[in-house]
Amino acid sequence: MATQKVQLMATCLVDAVAPEVGKATVRVLELARCEVGYPEGQTCCGQPAFNVGFVDEAREMARYTLDLFDETEGTIVIPSGSCAAMVIEHYPEILEGTDYEDKAKRVAGRTRELSQFLVHDRGATGFDAVCDGCTITVHRSCHGLRNLGVRGEVDELVRSIAGAEVVPLEGAEECCGFGGLFSVEMPDVSAAIMRQKLDNVEDSGANILVGGDISCLLHLEGGLRRRNSKVAVRHFVEMIGGDDGA
Amino acid sequence: MSSQPVTFLGRARELIGTPEAAAVDRGVRRFNEMRLAGSAEYAVMEAMRDRVRAIRLHSLRNLDKLLDRFADQVIEAGGRVHFARDADEANQIVAQILRDTGSRRVVKSKSMVSEEIELNPYLISRGFSVTETDLGEFIVQLADDVPSHIIAPVLHKTAAQIGKLFARKLGVEETADPTKLNQIARDHLREIFLAADAGISGVNLGVAETGSIVTVTNEGNARLCTTAPRVHIALMGMERIVARWEDAAATLEVLARSATGQHLSVYTNVVTGPRRSDDPDGPEQVHVVIIDNGRSDILGSDIAEILACIRCGACLNICPVFREVGGHGYGTVYSGPVGSVVTPGLHGMNPWWELPYASTLCGACEEVCPVRIQIPSMLLKLRERAASEGRLPGWLEKGMSRYRTTATDPVKWASAKKWLYRLSGLVSMGGYIRRVPGPGRGWTRFRDLRRPAKQSFSDWMRDRDGA
Repeated sequence: MATQKVQLMATCLVDAVAPEVGKATVRVLELARCEVGYPEGQTCCGQPAFNVGFVDEAREMARYTLDLFDETEGTIVIPSGSCAAMVIEHYPEILEGTDYEDKAKRVAGRTRELSQFLVHDRGATGFDAVCDGCTITVHRSCHGLRNLGVRGEVDELVRSIAGAEVVPLEGAEECCGFGGLFSVEMPDVSAAIMRQKLDNVEDSGANILVGGDISCLLHLEGGLRRRNSKVAVRHFVEMIGGDDGA
Repeated sequence: MSSQPVTFLGRARELIGTPEAAAVDRGVRRFNEMRLAGSAEYAVMEAMRDRVRAIRLHSLRNLDKLLDRFADQVIEAGGRVHFARDADEANQIVAQILRDTGSRRVVKSKSMVSEEIELNPYLISRGFSVTETDLGEFIVQLADDVPSHIIAPVLHKTAAQIGKLFARKLGVEETADPTKLNQIARDHLREIFLAADAGISGVNLGVAETGSIVTVTNEGNARLCTTAPRVHIALMGMERIVARWEDAAATLEVLARSATGQHLSVYTNVVTGPRRSDDPDGPEQVHVVIIDNGRSDILGSDIAEILACIRCGACLNICPVFREVGGHGYGTVYSGPVGSVVTPGLHGMNPWWELPYASTLCGACEEVCPVRIQIPSMLLKLRERAASEGRLPGWLEKGMSRYRTTATDPVKWASAKKWLYRLSGLVSMGGYIRRVPGPGRGWTRFRDLRRPAKQSFSDWMRDRDGA
């Protein structure tokens, strides 16, 4: 397959809190014969502001991000279903009727969530990753699932890992309770929903919980640590990209 | 609406982890499985959803014309029509009809709009006797409780609790057997039905072309309420209208499938005017009270589509927040995702602005809504309204403003990351934080927080590309 030019939008959480996800994304994209560009100066897509109702603030962050990426070439790839949904769905919505409308549509049209990009655009599912003794279960994060239709892509990607077994997760398509600032504004409710998810994760027999959104995963990781669980949490791209020691 | 002193979160805290919440979780999961099974065997479900969506939107777009036609046809059939602007007016109209017809003993079949206008306390305080005859509503009334689910008012109660309640209030032997409980209620209600002067019902659909009122139940109590007493008063939210019978048929089918997975509800009760001279039974008078109570405000706003709701409860049953908290957490009759849009729409943002925030925005509600109402985007619109009205806490407002400034300036962003890393060093151990101070403390009450990275991904990329 011919080499393809892509631009990586890392997302704020990957940038600041989970850089290993970004590193693995670069590795995996290169394995999938992509030339990875990384526009300097990227920050946050504005989703946190948008979701609590601060749409003016979100619009400003959207314009900033659009200016940055509209100048680049190639497919914009995002290792997060919810940030990708923000760019693909909500940017054109909140900028409709403004002088950024065309730019928003242009960038939205170039943007892909990572697992969909790998499976559908690159037809790449095997990355020669090895994980002996790994029993993996997959949580399907809501925005990727319901806004973008990410259903079996992550499962398909992790199933290619040698030595790993993928086991079903009861209620895999139910929300984990994160909900962005909801997790801080209504922590008791968020944690109650999380409890059911974590019970299901532990009942699945998996020792690694995998997903496609680091935001939900950090919430679940924090909950698993708090209950002294042995289950580890990884973004799927870390599983297939491995850690080559870079 | 009576507002309660506590917030959604306050009520939720009291409910989470209780036997009541566990009963709700079990109940909604069962409903959800029934819906899935009912939809799976109904090959045209998706097409029917599209059709019913079109029907409902058509009704909303032509509401004034359809209401006129409906009212004309009700009168044509011998019924009477009353329009009520708000809850007060609706309650007054009902009380006046009861007085005018010398009615004192009232039986009621299930009506959410009567809960919305708080009709029961209004009538009871004026000397009328009011008995709920839907089993769930009957239990709610006996327990001096409020419904917790739009189609299953006592979803939050177990059979054992109901058995205890019946034993205490009705002087019967205690049992937890649902069949026996049903029989007890039936025996108790039979006499009350026969002695009633007036029956009050809700309206699932008003059919404009014939002026007919359709109510669906699984118990048959609406049929008794609307035929046995001399007077029938039907309370109808003004959006419950469809143009034609074929529209009603399609809507009822999708309603039953989405609510409980049934092909149709067990009883579909149709009332077109009072008894004719050659009818063996039926009421002497039929009154339809068409209630606005904030619906016109919704219709003229950016959440108008929520009025397309057919009250199946599917969005409640799938909602992760509802599952943990139950309907009582919402503090209002319309709970769950649809209620979080309807309630601030009907009754104003104060104090209901917080309900749109009682959602993770997971989108499951939109996925199951038979009418495909875009509930999450309406929740977002209401959140935008709340934020622009300055209703959010100061820390959030200031925080967002600062976040915007930082996130639109690469220099500030880079320095903020460094500061966050340094500051987090004061409170973290082994890369995780067990307790953060300030507004973020809610996070660490239930979860550890991963510390920001020493080298951000952007810095790593810069090193890599530079190398």
